[in-house]
Amino acid sequence: MRHLVSAADLSRDDALLILDTAEELAQLSGRAVKKLPTLRGRTVVNLFFEDSTRTKTSFEVAEKRLSADVINFAAKGSSVSKGESLKDTALTLQAMGADAVVIRHHASGAPARLAQSDWLHGSVINAGDGTHEHPTQALLDAFTMRRHLNPGLGNDLAGRRITIVGDVLHSRVARSNVLLLNTLGAEVTFVAPPTLLPIGIENWPCEVSYDLDATLAKTDALMMLRVQRERMNAAFFPTEREYSRRYGMHGGRLAKLPEHAIVMHPGPMVRGMEITAEVADSPRCTAVEQVANGVSIRMAVLYLLLGGATASDTNSTNTSEAAK
Amino acid sequence: MNTDTPRPPHQVLDGADITRVITRIAHEIVERAKGAEDVVLLGIHTRGVHLARRLHTRLTQITGRDIPLGTLDITMYRDDLRLKPARALEHTDIPADGIDGKLVILVDDVLFSGRTVRAALDALGDIGRPRAVQLAVLVDRGHRELPIRADYVGKNLPTSLREAVQVRLADSDGEDAVLVGDRDYKVRSSQALAADPTKPE
Repeated sequence: MRHLVSAADLSRDDALLILDTAEELAQLSGRAVKKLPTLRGRTVVNLFFEDSTRTKTSFEVAEKRLSADVINFAAKGSSVSKGESLKDTALTLQAMGADAVVIRHHASGAPARLAQSDWLHGSVINAGDGTHEHPTQALLDAFTMRRHLNPGLGNDLAGRRITIVGDVLHSRVARSNVLLLNTLGAEVTFVAPPTLLPIGIENWPCEVSYDLDATLAKTDALMMLRVQRERMNAAFFPTEREYSRRYGMHGGRLAKLPEHAIVMHPGPMVRGMEITAEVADSPRCTAVEQVANGVSIRMAVLYLLLGGATASDTNSTNTSEAAK
Repeated sequence: MNTDTPRPPHQVLDGADITRVITRIAHEIVERAKGAEDVVLLGIHTRGVHLARRLHTRLTQITGRDIPLGTLDITMYRDDLRLKPARALEHTDIPADGIDGKLVILVDDVLFSGRTVRAALDALGDIGRPRAVQLAVLVDRGHRELPIRADYVGKNLPTSLREAVQVRLADSDGEDAVLVGDRDYKVRSSQALAADPTKPE
């Protein structure tokens, strides 16, 4: 595999290899020297066309822990704001010798376009594109679930019931999660107001419910989604108070979950609306743990895409052999 | 006579030899480390881990103490990562008390170019600061590419570069044996079989 654009690209074996690699790499965070020389000499560009704090930082920490040279390229204040196209940006990065590009873009499909083009020889890693996908987030969610629900190398999530609550329509996290969780054998139920469910959701490998309380008792992991106000161009629900009453997570609902169940949130959390402080600060909420797991997962993905021989190595070998 | 005919693997150590070798190395460790008080054994994946476990058992019998035992995966420190696709990581398990100030004995099956040991030394440097590091190997086959030597050697086995040394251990391969044969014996003999033997050259 050369790129990671969609969670659908991952077979069960691919996904488990990433999770198992991340499990080994997670040990690194407990050491005094949190660094490996694996990607020394590789250049990774973080190409962020959209604001992001935790994903960008998480990738940057992962890249630095693997000793890659990191270039942060924000669209704001760059030639992109002067009207440069994605193609020209990619060609520039190629000329600078980028071995991998971690891209976040507001347009769904931008990373796929980059991966399919011949503008770049390096790997493309999707760090979130529009309302489409966010595969490394799905991987870190699956990693967190496995640690709590079925710990151990080589284990999947077969038979685990995952409930994903909130703004599914605008959520790339939900999309990547349902694909990956399905690959890993879990059963996914979406709970959201009808207005926040995408058209064609009946074709997704999941169940749909409008009643959060009815699904709580048979949930192993409850994942809250952020209400993405910045993407909302219409009134999708009457008031925040009503949304909060029907789909918000509070202490009462936490008590209805089975004892082993965890509450997850990809962050940033809107306290008081999606989740009360009581739940967010409870030991059963894994939001902070997810951030730490994100670094391990991104290290695993970077190592597996870039750690061995890459396309550019093969090209240079072929060229040198041809020259002989 | 055709001098190019590949040589089939032949056995140089059997199960009893390997057991004897491990016992001898265990005694050497106790003698050199004056009782092995601060010794930590670290097996290098994969067969080094099995050998370290056996060495640990013998050391426990000899000294009557439980010597800390760990495993080390050196994949991320290899210098040939760019030559092959990325490989899966093995488990690194450092004993709870760490390796700071300890005498770490690295255990591996075959010492060849020395690059694996170089990677293991780099890995150790990131994990802690041992008082000293020693190396125990079952077989030293020569052809070093780095200035590295073993402190405890099961068997010195002078080989040519066209030969392959195969260590088989019951834990992963079903039997204990060390075999030496031509590196491309399997490939070349299957090619020979595929060629029509009746056809004159």
